[in-house]
Amino acid sequence: MTFSQQIHLAVALEGAGWHPAAWREPDAVPAVGLLSADYWLDQVRTAQSGLLDFVTLEDGFPLQSDAASGHDGRTDRVRGRLDAAMVAARVAPLTARIGLVPTVTTTHTEPFHVSKTIATLDYASTGRAGWRAQIGAQAAEFPLFGRRAPAPDPADLFEEAGDHVEAVRRLWDSWEDEAEIRDVATGRFVDREKLHYIDFESRHFNVRGPSITPRPPQGQPPVVALAHAALSYAFAARSADVVLVTPHTPEAVAPILDDLHSAQDTAGRSAQPLLVFGEFVVFLDADPAAAITRKERLDEADGTAYRSDAPIFAGSPDALADQLAQWAHAGLDGFRLRPGTVPRDLDAIVHGLVPALQRRGLFRHAYEAETLRGNLGLSRPANRYAPARAA
Amino acid sequence: MTSSGGTPLKQIHLAAHFPGVNNTTVWSDPRSGSHIEFESFRAFAQTAEAALFDFLFLAEGLRLREQNGLIYDLDVVGRPDTFTVLAALAAVTSRLGLAGTVNSTFNEPYEVARQFATLDHLSDGRAAWNVVTSWDAFTGENFRRGGYLPQEERYARARAFLHVARTLFDSWDGTEIAGDRQSGEFLAEPRPGRFRVRDAFFDIEGSFNVPRSPQGRPVIFQAGDSEEGREFAAAEADAIFSRHGTADAGRAFYADVKGRMVKYGRDPDQLKVLPAATFVLGDTDAEARELADVVRHQQVSGQTAIRMLEQLWNRDLSEYDPDGPLPRIDPDLGEHTVARGRASVRMHRDPMATAREWRELAEAKGYSIRELMIQVTGRQTFIGSPLTVAEAIDDLVQSDAADGFILVPHITPGGLGEFAEKVVPLLQEKGVFRTEYTGTTLREHLGLRPLPAFDEGAAA
Ligand SMILES: Cc1cc2nc3c(=O)[nH]c(=O)nc-3n(C[C@@H](O)[C@H](O)[C@H](O)COP(=O)(O)O)c2cc1C
Repeated sequence: MTFSQQIHLAVALEGAGWHPAAWREPDAVPAVGLLSADYWLDQVRTAQSGLLDFVTLEDGFPLQSDAASGHDGRTDRVRGRLDAAMVAARVAPLTARIGLVPTVTTTHTEPFHVSKTIATLDYASTGRAGWRAQIGAQAAEFPLFGRRAPAPDPADLFEEAGDHVEAVRRLWDSWEDEAEIRDVATGRFVDREKLHYIDFESRHFNVRGPSITPRPPQGQPPVVALAHAALSYAFAARSADVVLVTPHTPEAVAPILDDLHSAQDTAGRSAQPLLVFGEFVVFLDADPAAAITRKERLDEADGTAYRSDAPIFAGSPDALADQLAQWAHAGLDGFRLRPGTVPRDLDAIVHGLVPALQRRGLFRHAYEAETLRGNLGLSRPANRYAPARAA
Repeated sequence: MTSSGGTPLKQIHLAAHFPGVNNTTVWSDPRSGSHIEFESFRAFAQTAEAALFDFLFLAEGLRLREQNGLIYDLDVVGRPDTFTVLAALAAVTSRLGLAGTVNSTFNEPYEVARQFATLDHLSDGRAAWNVVTSWDAFTGENFRRGGYLPQEERYARARAFLHVARTLFDSWDGTEIAGDRQSGEFLAEPRPGRFRVRDAFFDIEGSFNVPRSPQGRPVIFQAGDSEEGREFAAAEADAIFSRHGTADAGRAFYADVKGRMVKYGRDPDQLKVLPAATFVLGDTDAEARELADVVRHQQVSGQTAIRMLEQLWNRDLSEYDPDGPLPRIDPDLGEHTVARGRASVRMHRDPMATAREWRELAEAKGYSIRELMIQVTGRQTFIGSPLTVAEAIDDLVQSDAADGFILVPHITPGGLGEFAEKVVPLLQEKGVFRTEYTGTTLREHLGLRPLPAFDEGAAA
């Protein structure tokens, strides 16, 4: 292949890996280790040693379940998890380059709290925070808060999500970069002309602002959204910097890009960069047959063949590198890979796939920037409130 | 270690309050660093841990303060998110307790319980929650509930909130995760974390998704001062953050709150009373007094003095000269409108009486507005040589005015260093402060009994 666009790579960290039987693998972390900081730190450090752009951390308020009603009665799968934003914060001071993108739902949370959480993660990581914004649509999560009837219309949840992200973004800009002046002569710590009420009002929110937390180092930490269909494409087009999509063939990429671009037009955001990442669940072994057999063995342990919203790849890192090159050529900017099991598939991404991509001239040999935006090739945005003052 | 009378000496608890958003913090000092950058928190926490402190403490304020309708700009403004900072600090400390102030009015209990349970896991048992009940509509404007409460409901909600949180913490008893790879049994119990609460504030149910944390739950702090606040502490808290750091007020408060515990069937030793305390050290007491005066003048500039006076007078006094006499006009007794977003204005319960006292004092001593404010808004709790300060702290603890202190340095992040270096060793020599951490959890540092593996009572 002559085509040599640089691709971006992220991994999605979840449990012992994405296969439901991953926790039973002999090399998996012991079950209670899933709740230890070291387990998450090890994974992020591994991903960082592979020069990946970022890791995402899955999250959600309900106890994991395969049943929409909330309780599936299964005792053979991982249950229980930690707050993802706090895990990211716990890892931040001990890592240096990799982006940290926790999942935080828009459905039950306050934009005011989420904005300072991600801003503070950006401070603790010196510019490596992102936010994977996700709606919470399972019936079981509504009674945990008791504020509204279970499972409202998804259109409503996505509208709320869009408003939520908008409120958070305004709060990030509610302090101009130079608002803290520490002017001893006049006795003023801040220049209050550079602090802004956001007065955001929508059907779902009324938020006055300004934030209590100054503008984060990246200005606007990247917002990441997973999208599968029209409603979520519209949300991503309106709200995200990186959208994660799940085409199952390279031919399916172009129509998705079209949908996203027209959704961006509709949202009036066509001038904004929107990176499009493809998703894969991966089972990787140098011998492709071994990867396939391993996946089958895991399926057997679980009692069902593992399915996913994302395409599943089982094979060698080299074959995956070829496939990613082909899909990137179809128009994707990068990929978020979901390791089937940890540590094995995460290690294979870092020690197998990354060198294979590097050999093809498709992946960096060193981190190029200090911040997540920088590594994604996104510039630091101007503050939306600053020009108003200059005018 | 025992005193001459044979009764064992009380062990002192020490904590470090990250310098806050108020005029105690002297940002104009050239040594003063960022209140936002993580490096400041790291340096502060590591100093506290090297000095074997019990915990680090973060305050909270969810709206920038305003005065005369404008954002208040004379003090430090802005702070990072409490949970995020504490989780990050767990990475760079290993024993220090991590205490966060989190409001029960502008949050939902399921989310807050998850965050504290997570912090307890990520820190291996070092989490503490200071439950505060600030309720004002001014702060509520930042939240989707628009959520504020009538003042008299704040503790009812706080109690209900804490009850839900405890129910959630206890919804896993620590035995659910089997993790048997051979048999494929991850859970030993098919429906862990189930809960249901119906009361005047909450109607919620489901399964909590954070398994039981190392301490069982975070250590619970309370910082309210009203009748209801004290009752709440006596019933529910493991520790109180109080503002009564002097001998007489301290002893009265200590006896009062510990006395209230009996009716809840609680042992008074299981509630630690920890007043906030500021300090200024010098080589000699005289030098410390001089320094303390300099610091007070840094803390209360002329402009700050006028703003402080406005908080009692409840009206704009910007036309007054801080170096001149007090206004002749009286405080405005109407609804308090001049200063918003600060707890301290409610300390002035009878503005007319206070104004009268202040006028008398100013006349007797010939104080200007600024000098008066420097006098009446609080000199530092401990001023003196390291030995003087160590003795004062020890006396207050041994005489039951406190179980220890939450120290509030006036310089970020270095303001704790001198205390750690000079006062802590003296307390150790007296045998009243640890010379190494003997436990790993905050409960252990505070001398709180471990929780039963599972508290049946709270989950019922
Ligand atoms: C020493 C001390 C520190 C406090 N710190 C905070 C704080 O950081 N954030 C906050 O919202 N309230 C804080 N408060 C106020 C409250 O804890 C309390 O909820 C509020 O004053 C109402 O309760 P009360 O009427 O019982 O005092 C503090 C109070 C005291 C005494």
